[in-house]
Amino acid sequence: MGVIVDKETALKFIEEILSRYPTKARKDRAKHMVVDEPGDDKCIPKSNVKSRPGVMTIRGCAYAGSKGVVWGPIKDMIHISHGPVGCGYYSRAGRRNYYIGTTGVDTFVTPHFTTDFQERDIVFGGDKKLEKAIQELNQLFPLVKGITIQSECPIGLIGDDIEAVARKTSKEIGKVVVPVRCEGFRGVSQSLGHHIANDSMRDWVYEKGVKGREIEPSPYDIAIWGDYNIGGDAWASRKILEEMGLRVVTQWSGDGTLSEVANAVKAKYILVHCYRSSNYLARYFEERFGIPWIEYNFFGPTQIFASMRKIASLFDEKIQARTEELIEKVYKPRLDRVIEKYRPRLEGKTVLLYVGGLRPRHIITAFEDLGMNVVATGYEFAHQDDYQRTLHYIDKNATIIVDDATAWEIEELTRKLRPDLVASGIKEKYQSQKMGVPFRQMHSWDYSGPYHGIEGFEIFARDADMAVNGNVWKFIKAPWQQ
Amino acid sequence: MGIHHELNIKDHLECFRNDEFKKMIENKRKQFEDWVGEEKVKEVAEWTKTWEYRELNFKREAISINPAKACQPLGALLCALGFEKTLPFSHGSQGCVAYFRTHMARHFKEPVPMVSSSMTEDAAVFGGQNNLHEGLQNAIALYRPKMIAMNTTCMAEVIGDDLNSFINNAKEKGLIPADFPVPFAHTPSFVGSHITGYDNQMKGILQHMTDYFEKYGVDNIDKFDPEGGDFYEQGGLLAWLEKNGGK
Repeated sequence: MGVIVDKETALKFIEEILSRYPTKARKDRAKHMVVDEPGDDKCIPKSNVKSRPGVMTIRGCAYAGSKGVVWGPIKDMIHISHGPVGCGYYSRAGRRNYYIGTTGVDTFVTPHFTTDFQERDIVFGGDKKLEKAIQELNQLFPLVKGITIQSECPIGLIGDDIEAVARKTSKEIGKVVVPVRCEGFRGVSQSLGHHIANDSMRDWVYEKGVKGREIEPSPYDIAIWGDYNIGGDAWASRKILEEMGLRVVTQWSGDGTLSEVANAVKAKYILVHCYRSSNYLARYFEERFGIPWIEYNFFGPTQIFASMRKIASLFDEKIQARTEELIEKVYKPRLDRVIEKYRPRLEGKTVLLYVGGLRPRHIITAFEDLGMNVVATGYEFAHQDDYQRTLHYIDKNATIIVDDATAWEIEELTRKLRPDLVASGIKEKYQSQKMGVPFRQMHSWDYSGPYHGIEGFEIFARDADMAVNGNVWKFIKAPWQQ
Repeated sequence: MGIHHELNIKDHLECFRNDEFKKMIENKRKQFEDWVGEEKVKEVAEWTKTWEYRELNFKREAISINPAKACQPLGALLCALGFEKTLPFSHGSQGCVAYFRTHMARHFKEPVPMVSSSMTEDAAVFGGQNNLHEGLQNAIALYRPKMIAMNTTCMAEVIGDDLNSFINNAKEKGLIPADFPVPFAHTPSFVGSHITGYDNQMKGILQHMTDYFEKYGVDNIDKFDPEGGDFYEQGGLLAWLEKNGGK
């Protein structure tokens, strides 16, 4: 059984962990680690600033935030990795943003399209090559609805004019071409990449009045934003909303299409799941189109039912009645069975959680639905407002909150807190397992999923039990068991 | 395992194949995706199997599709991992390191250490020396390697950072011990591929260690052991070094 430490002990742990750093880095890291207790409403770590060099941060870059997260899942557009070959190669088909289509014919998510910069492109510029690349793509893939140009580091440094190329080629091929200035050196993490991607959508899709497919409006039209359909998350979420009687006109951007992106302007409400990566566009929508947005959470029954009711309250009695019926008659009985089976096996187990920009808070309640306690959580690239929101989720025990954790910190926190489960990313997985500590990936769902919605909670419970109670861990000793 | 069968939990491999989801997804396609339809997809798919398409494909000059190669620093990382207690260090953007580590972890199913000097927009303007210096100090303090093998990302390359002078400055300033080995290689991602990067890093390490042995003698071999680690070793490297690097 994992240990739940009190605030004082947690603060002592943090000091011990920090003692290894050189002075300057220690002073900095100290600001990024806090301990919160239920009821705390002010104490949040410093966030969204540069990582210290050489500390083994887990963060990525703006290209990852733009191509990997936001634009990449849009399936009927081609996203050119504009620059040297590496970025696109490493991010090729690495993210489980599921989609339906015939890849290479009407959908293009998983292949790697790149202008493969060589030395002469660095010296003489890559605009001409980009122009030709777009022409070639349009010829080979006639069903593509549009192109986006995802800039890599050198593009911003050599002064290429991808906006001019975008304008020119867009006219020539008669399709949407979006230049995205998501060079990796911009910002401090994936986060600015989201922002740049949001802005590029604003400037090159909405401000330019790109139209989606004609659809008959209805009073129940909504858009799901910030759900990337990892393992089918967005489909599981969509099902709930449709069963409530609502009409999802846009999935942004998991299994998303250009038409859906454009048609988001027809929604009555924008439902934001991943706040961090889509709030920029949501705020623009509110200002520009007068479409309100609300945040919701489809992880685990407590949050799902609360969110369903919150969403239903925006609509009429018919929807509200249907929602209540769904919860009481269909969903709650189904999920109660899951809790009945798994909670006794997971009660009291502790979790060390470290993910990107939303899940470190959003998933806490789902763990608690299974009787598990999150003793530490942290974000790679969250901002102040995310940490503010996290405080509302700390309702059971003192929790260590860390911003932009380093590999050292994750390893030491694991040693000191001795969690029953570490829930983070692939770079942390084998480090944890080799210490004899069970692990579940919370970016890729460890090749499982979905974890959103009703199907999602069943699978989440099954996986948590599989990891924590797996017999293999009896044969490996964690360092503190040796 | 009985629990799972009892509840018959289906995950993404099966749960979306039932009639409800099939209908939902079909409806999404028809109503909202502006999908061209099955007929058109079949037509174009057939066209991609024609000679005309083949010719079009081979005429490509500008766009690369699914190239079977990666960039230099990945190869440099693989090379560095073959040396015991060696921490690979990438001078440039931190996103690259996240990608290299992820790629290697997925392949080897092992933890893959590597650090970055985390250069950002201002480093692009002023140069990355400060980042490199602080990076060396932090990395050595936290991870206690015996050697740091350094390479560069394209950002550092395009702005022309000089690793040799930066590293020497770090030693002259006393930021790291003078006898701490920091072999390096310039690994621009727009030249060659990951194979080139591997060779460049190897050359850098061998060159550096030759000079190192000359300066500090091979008696310091306990400080440096080029074989071992969790990854495959350099066959015969130690023998070569003994032959060429000194007694």
